[in-house]
This record gives sequence, C-alpha cells and structure tokens, in this order.
Amino acid sequence: MDVGQMRRQWVEYTKSLFMEGFLDSQFEQLQQLQDESNPDFVVEVVSLFFEDSERLLNDLTRALDQPSVDFKLVDSYVHQLKGSSSSIGASRVKNACIAFRNFCEEQNVEGCRRCLQQVKQENLLVKNKLETLFRMEQQIVAAGGSIPNMEQIGF
Amino acid sequence: MESCNCIEPQWPADELLMKYQYISDFFIALAYFSIPLELIYFVKKSAVFPYRWVLVQFGAFIVLCGATHLINLWTFTVHSRTVAVVMTTAKVLTAVVSCATALMLVHIIPDLLSVKTRELFLKNKAAELDREMGLIRTQEETGRHVRMLTHEIRSTLDRHTILKTTLVELGRTLSLEECALWMPTRTGLELQLSYTLRQQNPVGYTVPIHLPVINQVFTSNHAIKISPNSPIARLRPIAGKYMPGEVVAVRVPLLHISNFQINDWPELSTKRYALMVLMLPSDSARQWHVHELELVEVVADQVAVALSHAAILEESMRARDLLMEQNVALDLARREAETAIRARNDFLAVMNHEMRTPMHAIIALSSLLQETDLTPEQRLMVETILKSSNLLATLINDVLDLSRLEDGSLQLDLGTFNLHSVFREVHNLIKPVASVKKLLVTLNLAPDLPVYVVGDEKRLLQILLNVVGNAVKFSKEGSISMSAFVAKVESLRDFRSPDFFPMPSDYHFYLRVQVKDSGSGINPQEIPKLFTKFTQTQPLATRNSGGSGLGLAICKRFVHLMEGHIWIESEGLGKGCTANFIVKLGFPERSNESKLPFAPKGQANHVQTNFPGLKVIVMDENGVSRTATKGLLVHLGCDVTPVSSTDECLRVVSQEHRVVFMDVGADGYELAVRLHEKFAKRHERPLIVAVTGSTDKVTKENCIRVGMDGVIVKPVSVDKMRSVLSELLEHRVLLGPM
Repeated sequence: MDVGQMRRQWVEYTKSLFMEGFLDSQFEQLQQLQDESNPDFVVEVVSLFFEDSERLLNDLTRALDQPSVDFKLVDSYVHQLKGSSSSIGASRVKNACIAFRNFCEEQNVEGCRRCLQQVKQENLLVKNKLETLFRMEQQIVAAGGSIPNMEQIGF
Repeated sequence: MESCNCIEPQWPADELLMKYQYISDFFIALAYFSIPLELIYFVKKSAVFPYRWVLVQFGAFIVLCGATHLINLWTFTVHSRTVAVVMTTAKVLTAVVSCATALMLVHIIPDLLSVKTRELFLKNKAAELDREMGLIRTQEETGRHVRMLTHEIRSTLDRHTILKTTLVELGRTLSLEECALWMPTRTGLELQLSYTLRQQNPVGYTVPIHLPVINQVFTSNHAIKISPNSPIARLRPIAGKYMPGEVVAVRVPLLHISNFQINDWPELSTKRYALMVLMLPSDSARQWHVHELELVEVVADQVAVALSHAAILEESMRARDLLMEQNVALDLARREAETAIRARNDFLAVMNHEMRTPMHAIIALSSLLQETDLTPEQRLMVETILKSSNLLATLINDVLDLSRLEDGSLQLDLGTFNLHSVFREVHNLIKPVASVKKLLVTLNLAPDLPVYVVGDEKRLLQILLNVVGNAVKFSKEGSISMSAFVAKVESLRDFRSPDFFPMPSDYHFYLRVQVKDSGSGINPQEIPKLFTKFTQTQPLATRNSGGSGLGLAICKRFVHLMEGHIWIESEGLGKGCTANFIVKLGFPERSNESKLPFAPKGQANHVQTNFPGLKVIVMDENGVSRTATKGLLVHLGCDVTPVSSTDECLRVVSQEHRVVFMDVGADGYELAVRLHEKFAKRHERPLIVAVTGSTDKVTKENCIRVGMDGVIVKPVSVDKMRSVLSELLEHRVLLGPM
C-alpha cells in the first residue's frame, strides 16, 4: 500500500469514528495542537486517558461491589471519568458517564452497575479504535508520509 | 468645842460622870478620824470632785479635832507637862485650820448651790432636744413613706395600676378607713367616682364639678380638711351612729404634654383635676397631723407626674404601632410597584419582538402586493392597508422607544456619518408629501457646517423627520424652511432653558436646526404641553392630522440624550411656528477623549495570534484535561506550568505568572480566594480564569463572588482560547459571556 492510499484509509477511518460518535470535535482540537514541536501530543494525552480510565473503572467496580454502596464516592469517580473523556473527545464514554451520574443521584444500585458495564464497554471500544488509528499513523510516518490535517480536508 | 478645864482633877467627885466623858471623847475622836477617811475613800471613788483642796482642809480640820479629843483622854488623870504641851499644840493647830476652813466655805457654798441651777437648766434643754428629735423622726418617717409610695406608684406605667397602688399604699401608710379618687368625666362637668380602696366596684356615682367644696379644693394645692357630710366624702351609706373620722381632700392635676411650659411650671392655668378624698377611721379620735397632710400633697403631685408619664407612653406606643403599620403598608406598596415594573419590563421585552414581527410581515407583504397587478379598487385598498400598517409600526416603535427612554436604558448608537446627506435625505423624504399639499420646502445648510460628524445618525434622522413632519402636517399652505448651522457661543445664551449651558470645544460642536413653517401656528399657552406625551394641541378639528402626540416627546428625549435642547416658538394661531433644536455632535478623528456618554463598541479587538513566553498556570485535578489544556496553551506559545491541586498552585505561583486557569469542576473557588489573599495588589496578581463545563447562573455568580477575572466554558477550542487571552491581556478582564 502506498502512502497516498494509507492516508486515504486513515481519513476514512477517522471520519467513520466521528460519524459513529466515538469521537467529537474536542478530539479534533487535540489533533490541531499537534505540530513539529509537539509531534506525539495526541498519543500522550490518549494514553494518559486510558491509564486514568482503567484506574477509575477498577475503583468503580470495587465501590459498587461493597455491601453498602457509597454513592458520593461513586459519583466522584464518574465525575472524574466524565471530565477526562470529554477532554479528549471520547463522546460515547462521556454520554455513558452522564447516564451513570443520573443513576447515582437516584441511588439506584442496579442502574449503576448496568451503567458501569456500559462505560466499560464504550471505553474498550474507543480504546481499540484509537489504537487502530495510531497504528495507521505510525505506518504512514514509517512510510515517509505525513498525517493529513483534518481541517484541510474540510471536515 | 467646849473648853476642857480638866487641869486639876480636884473633884474626886462622880467617877461615873468622868467615865462617861471619857467614853464620849473617845467616840468623838473615833468619829472625827473616820469621817475624813470616808470622805477620802468616796472622793477617790468618784472621778469628778472639783474641790480637793477644800477636802484636804476639811480633813485636816476634822483630824485635828479628833486629835484634840483624843489627847483629852490623857488629861482626865494627872498628866505630865509633855502632854499639856501636845494638847496645846493640837488645839492651836485646830483653831488655825478651822478658821481657815470657815473662811473657805464662804466662797465654796455659793458655787455648790449654783451647780444645782445648772443641772436644772441642762435637764430642760435635754427635754427640748428630745421633743425636736421626735419631730424630726416623724418627718423622716413621713419622707420614707413618701419615697416608698412614690416608688410604688412610679414602678408601673399603667394608669390603672398607678391609681390603685396609690390608694392602697396611702391607705396602708396612714391607716385610712377609706380612700377614693374622683375623675372628671369626658364632658368635664362632673366628677365620677373611679377608684376606691375598700369598695370593689364603685358604681358610677357622680357629683357635679361646680360644688363650692370642690372649688375650694381645686383652687389650693394643699390638702384641705372637708366636712364628712359633703357629697364627695359620703362614700358609704351612713350606717347607724358613729362619729366619722376627719376627711381630707386634695387635688391631683391631670397633666397633658402641652401643659409643660418652661416659664410657669408648675402653675397650670386651664386644666383638669381629679380629686382624692381620704378618710380617717371613724371613732378613732385621730386627727390629721401636718406631716400627714404634707405626705398627701406630695403623693398627689407624684401621682400627677406618673399619670402623665403613662399617658405619654401610651401616645408613643400608639404612634409606634401606627408607624409600623405604615411601614408594612409602604413595603408592600413598594414591592407591588417593583413587581409591576418588572412585569411591565417583561411585557415590553416580549412585545418588542412579538409586535414588530407581524408588523413587518404585514408591511413587507403589502408592499409586495402593491407590485403585482391590481385593479384600481384593490390598489386603493392595499395602499390604505400599507399606510395604516406603517402608521401602526411607527406607533409601536415610538411607544417602545419611549418606554426604553424612560427607563433610561436607551443609549445612543454613535458612529461617524455624513451630516449633509442626512439633511438631504430628510428633504427628499418630505418633498413628495409637501408637494401634495402644495407646500414649498427649502433646505439651507450653513457653509461652515461640518460634513462628517460623530453621533447617532438614525435618531437624528428621526428627530428631523418628526419636526419637519409636524411642520408639514400642520401647514395647509405656504412654505417650510429648514436651516442648519453651527450654534455660536453668544447665540447659545439666548434661549429659554435656564439650565442648559452648552460648552463647545475642540472635540464637539453644537448643531442648531430651525424649521419654520407658515401654517396654523400654536397658541403660546399650549406650547408647554406640546412635549408631554399623549396630549394633542388641537383637539377636535384636526384630529385627522394623525399622530398620537408621542412624536415630540420622543424627540425631546433624544435631544436630551444628545445633551441638547429643543423648543418651539409661535406667535399665535394662524401665524406659523418655528421649531428649534440644538444637539451635540462630535468631530471624527479627534474624538478620542470623547465626552459622549457611551463608549463605542464598534472597534474590533485586535486579536493576538500568539503569546510567546506568556507564563501561565493550569490547575486541574483531572490529569487528562490538564494535559489537554496545557497542550492548547503550549500551542499558543505560552510557558505553561501544570499543577494538580490548590496547594501546589499556591506554592508555584509568583508575580511572573500572568494568568491562572483553574478548573472549577468540584470546588475550585478556594484557589481564587487564596490568590486574592496572597497578592493584595491587583497589578501583582495573575489574572484568574475559571474553566468550567456549566453555564448556569450559580457558577457565574460564584465566579464573580470569589473575584475571578473571567470564565471559559468547555469545550475550549484553540480560537476561543486565543481570543480569550487576547482580551484578557488587553483589558485585564473578560467582557461579555464566553
């Protein structure tokens, strides 16, 4: 596959991520911040996010497994996760978090557990997608090309 | 002392006689010796005896007498010459002393006698002092009673309690049989029995006020003894024969506040009195003592004062209650007014948009309709519709404008425009209408009138149109002339308003416009009413001239907003009318230091694209969003220090950091407060900007409360951050919502 094809593939894939709602404009903003002085900005931020979310999800699982659930604590974790996911533009994760918070307010344990599953799932999905995206980017760069600028494409 | 001739015991006679003499002499001697001893003993015992010397003399005299008699004992028998010598010596001494004593006694006995007199005198004095002491004690006792009574009376501010207490205490102090108070009735013609001591509920027993006994009591401020048979003293039915006790009556002044005049206190001229009647127990033979009368008088005065205090207090309580009620009512009225104003403002805000939209639709569509093919009748109808709707639109605009003007919320839209073209436009607009009425309209612009000026073009146009429109409206024939020129300083003095002092300067000038018409004129008396809303000057005949009377009122307000003045002159009906106004306009370019009220909003802020080396701090607990924000700022060239907690931020922050971005997700306000504490002076403090995901009012209020310099709403784009930083650095504060 030549560079041009790889680039086109990358563009298509990125578009699909946006269409399917996995990412939103915030992610785009992050991409814009990446330049020669800061070539791995997006990867750094995303990796940070996944570390963070892993930790938070574990904490949430533990908290919801307690016999008497501390909803305040759970809510605080979810709030953090919501903040992180919206910072990188992982909109489906963010939406799941919003729903999660509602159940926390209602103090509905079953609902919370269901939401947790949902969040975990979304997190996993977006993680896979982004990993694929980054692999593509690495391939492009290795082949000597440059990653297309989403703005220029007029997205 | 009998001389003893017993030198020779010649007579051997009666040995019995001799024996008796012997014994008597012995006893005499004994007595003579013991008497001084007794005297000495008792004098020593008593502390005061002024005549010691006399005592000594007397003592010596007696002793010597005793000695003589003693020695006599030896002379009964044969005795030697020694004894005779001793005897003689003793006798001589005795003689001397006794003579001396006799002489001394002459002096002493009168003295002793006078002692007795003095003693009597002192006794009398003591008796007198005792009497006076008794009097003083009585007075003091009276004083104590008065004080106690006064204390009881003054310890309450309730009128009834005061009077009741008075009677009770008086009754107790003076041991009265009956004590009663007569109060004047409302009419003032009778005295009514109000309070008694013994009887529980005095029946409404009245006596007329002009009885002689009552007059007598009222005219004196002393307690006066009255007859027990007078009507005021007959408080109980006379039961059987008993000797009624003495009765005393005293007046009690009922003071009003108005009675207190400094000069003749306590002389009161026309006032009301109550009457207090006190009765001593019957069959007691007690009499009224002077001190008791004094007590009664003092008490009566005190009661008067206490009553007046009670009255004053009642008044002031009533006044206070009234004030409170009024306060509540006023508060309610104010709140209602505020609600009404708010409701009106809300209404206006809504109607502003709601009314204009359909209006514009009607006008637009009618105009479009005009362009299509229509029969003449249809065209006429459409024209009428258009005219009416234009009128209505103008009316709506006027009403809304006026309300906004009155609120003070209207502000001029300043900009640079071509003044000459405004006048030309007005001329063009008005020419067709005027020519229909066959009126000639001339425009005269002074040569020194600036072409480009700074001001509110739209509103100036509105004023001109209104004024000229009125001129056209109210002229049936003739001509209308419009002239505009720069108002000169001298000529600025000559016009009607006393509080308008225009001061032209290098930055602005005053435009003067005069519109003369030769129309129907205005009655000079009506001129003041012209500028008030909704009044029409010519009621019936010219109703069809249209206009709701708002136009001039609005013009006046606009002119005032432009710091000017508008007035109309007319010589009378049928003599035409001249409308004048002066407004302040600015010169372009030179109006940097413009004194015009509203700061121009038009200038676009020059947005910086990059902020090289700008030191900022990003505080966010969430690592991911912290990194994202940091990346954003780094992209814009800033030197970013990321921190994850308030404490860390405070440790790191210094005067070099220009901005602190803080995520207020959970509770970032504390950092703002601490930053304010840390950097007291504003220019040392970094600007504080809150980064938040919520746009609600609470967040905004909290941000204002802790003194943030700005708020950014997430998600933050590069452009948004760029413009935020630009504005922050330029104005040191973020204006407007982000």
